[in-house]
Amino acid sequence: MKKIFRFFPIAVLILIFSACNSSNESTTVESKETAAKSVGQEAVQDDVSQKDVVKVAVGSKDHTTLVAALKQAELVTALSNAGPFTVFAPTNDAFNKLPAGTVDGLMKDEKKEDLQNILQYHVTTSALSTDMLHDGQTLGMVNGDNVTISVKDGKITLNGTANIIASVRASNGWVHIVDAVLLPPVKK
Amino acid sequence: MRSFIKTLLLFSAAISIVWLQGCKPKGTQSAVSGDAAAKVYVAPGKYDEFYNFVSGGFSGQMSVYGIPSGRLLRVIPVFSVDPEKGYGYSEETKSMLNTSHGFVPWDDLHHIALSETDGIQDGRWVFANGNNTPRIARVDLKTFRTAEIIEIPNSGGNHSSPFITENSEYVVAGTRFSIPMDNSNGDVPINTYKSNFKGTVSFISVDKTTGNMNIAFQILMPGVNFDLARAGKGKSHGWMFFSCYNSERANTLLEQNASQKDKDFIIAVNWKKAEEYLKAGKGKKESVKYAHNTYDEKKHSATSVIETEVTVLDSKDLADMVYMIPCPKSPHGCDTDPSGEYIVASGKLAATIPVFSFTKMQQAIASKTFEGEYEGIPVLKYDAVLYGEVKKPGLGPLHTEFDDKGFAYTSFFVSSEIVKWNVKTLEVVDRVPTYYSIGHLSVPGGPTRKPWGKYVIAYNKITKDRYLPTGPELAQSAQLYSIEGDKMKLLLDFPTIGEPHYAEAIPAELIMKNSQKIYKIEENQNPFAALGDKFARVERKGNEVHVYMTSIRSHFTPDNIEGVKMGDIVYFHVTNLEQDWDMPHGFAVKGANNAELLVMPGETQTLAWKPERVGIFPFYCTDFCSALHQEMQGYIRVSPAGSNVPISFGTGKTDSTTVAAK
Repeated sequence: MKKIFRFFPIAVLILIFSACNSSNESTTVESKETAAKSVGQEAVQDDVSQKDVVKVAVGSKDHTTLVAALKQAELVTALSNAGPFTVFAPTNDAFNKLPAGTVDGLMKDEKKEDLQNILQYHVTTSALSTDMLHDGQTLGMVNGDNVTISVKDGKITLNGTANIIASVRASNGWVHIVDAVLLPPVKK
Repeated sequence: MRSFIKTLLLFSAAISIVWLQGCKPKGTQSAVSGDAAAKVYVAPGKYDEFYNFVSGGFSGQMSVYGIPSGRLLRVIPVFSVDPEKGYGYSEETKSMLNTSHGFVPWDDLHHIALSETDGIQDGRWVFANGNNTPRIARVDLKTFRTAEIIEIPNSGGNHSSPFITENSEYVVAGTRFSIPMDNSNGDVPINTYKSNFKGTVSFISVDKTTGNMNIAFQILMPGVNFDLARAGKGKSHGWMFFSCYNSERANTLLEQNASQKDKDFIIAVNWKKAEEYLKAGKGKKESVKYAHNTYDEKKHSATSVIETEVTVLDSKDLADMVYMIPCPKSPHGCDTDPSGEYIVASGKLAATIPVFSFTKMQQAIASKTFEGEYEGIPVLKYDAVLYGEVKKPGLGPLHTEFDDKGFAYTSFFVSSEIVKWNVKTLEVVDRVPTYYSIGHLSVPGGPTRKPWGKYVIAYNKITKDRYLPTGPELAQSAQLYSIEGDKMKLLLDFPTIGEPHYAEAIPAELIMKNSQKIYKIEENQNPFAALGDKFARVERKGNEVHVYMTSIRSHFTPDNIEGVKMGDIVYFHVTNLEQDWDMPHGFAVKGANNAELLVMPGETQTLAWKPERVGIFPFYCTDFCSALHQEMQGYIRVSPAGSNVPISFGTGKTDSTTVAAK
């Protein structure tokens, strides 16, 4: 129960950010340079700091689908913020394993909520290295559902389907690269 | 009823500001013109045009404001402890405040000097003086941190400081109080002032590359009070001009006794000549004691060394090095114009502002046009070095700065105003009131060869009714005026930390491009650093327990610590593993008698903690870092002396190896 409360504000924050984004587009009367889509910390000029989880994904040629999806789902700002985050980042191959047309369908504006639900199911709000993941552990994800961890012979698997194949430390958490897309439980 | 009338009056006053701008101003508020708000408005997310480095006076710190908005950007701890940042409390920073008198946790910071190259601000360092226990500090403008503090021996109080030469060759330190010299017997009757008390001015060299300071030499001077100073520039480069008062050499009731003579002095020091004497071995090495503290950015810690020797040149024995220029009535400001030709002296009690000519001074020296000697130093004839006087400028001139168009701006404490005058013609062209009782003023680049102009900022001594009242102690007051047009225009009041004395302003781009974002973890050479979670550990050394701790969003490693016993001293060495801009972590532990730590990304800082009772003590991160900031915490267990609980530690271990106390 406590965990849900812990993550709830984040979800709300993300919604607020989305709301800000959309309202800003229509009401901005500022000069053209500032009239661009309202942005958060992702626009901070900083070549010195470690990359955040978004920049890690952007820097990977195997994650172009994920990056495009994060943009479509308006999650870039939230994931560029302080976190802490653990992002399970499916590769392009992982997205390709989904039934044909699934990704294209989710990228449509009217499916934005579904896309957000799926992507938020890949994020938990704490910075967990693989050392902190244990067999049988349950992680509360940002979308409100849980992911179950299994560890066998050092291999970490999520929900019995997605394997962690590499891990990258980001400034605001961890990016664990996974070989399958996690699908949230169907809502009743 | 009276309050009703008051309200009505206030209301109508407000209306008059808005609608009746044509009317003659009645209240001070109406001195603001209609476009003032637009001129000081810096839109959200936009930057100010100038940094303003303002002395924090008796706070001992330096504050940084944006101009024109007047927004406070930072308070840099310099001479006073700052529990908020752990400055002066952490093991690494304590020695910054070491002196020959021991640890001095406070001082009185009066004046600012930005480093210069070719007489132009270069944005590398800012220097400041400690008035009480004589010191000069250097703040690094990459990090906005105090990098070095040097104590000044043979000084009773470092007021006439840290004014800088045009290539940052030297910052100077003239003693406000003359005293018996450090290595003489100081146990003398105070009324033997005239025979036993001496003054000094010190020249502190600044290393071109590192900025490191060293006392190159001191000049022994008559026992007067040194007030302010300014370096020559351009043609007068190589000279330093000090103002002094109490040429009467009174030791009591200076309010009256130091104002007996019509004239005190501007003391002109030819420091290139002094360098020659130094080289020729004319200096006398004297044994003294002074602290020299430096902060190592890689080790993230300060070292304090007590130095024991200084070289002194005697002004009365060494010819052509020091000259006195008579100057009316206790001069305060002593300012050279951008060309270096004019030296403007402001006698606090004088009816005129004398402007001296460097060229005439050189001629008078060559022709030995002296009116006599003062304590063995030649006194130049006033008229022989005077360029002219600004007549009836105002009451109580204090300090002058210059713009880029040939005008000077002098502050007047007694009549509470800024007076603008033409440096060539000496004619007063404008005056504006200040609210209230201005001390120093600052034009961006105003003391240099290249003033940037645009604004003059007044630093006031009295606030009274300018802001919402806050009891007997009020906000300190600064005021921003536009000097772009012929007439000065009041734009903004902004409160400062107190008390603001001198300040300098510099274009933002000269500093912001060099501003450091993080400390690189791979460069961390602190001997107590834990450069990764796997290096975190707890070690006992006798009764010292060293916790090598790491912090990263959103946990400490270790966060459960046992085996500490009464009588132990625990050193928490906290390394912030973050490598992300603006991601400090704090560290605080219950019952600590010192302060918190605020640890920047890549940095290591240490808090010493002596438990005074048995029990469990929480510690936590104080700087809101992340969504799980509130979860960033830990516990340390303190057992009785002689307990059998072994040292143990960890983070994330749920299977406890419990040891109950015996």
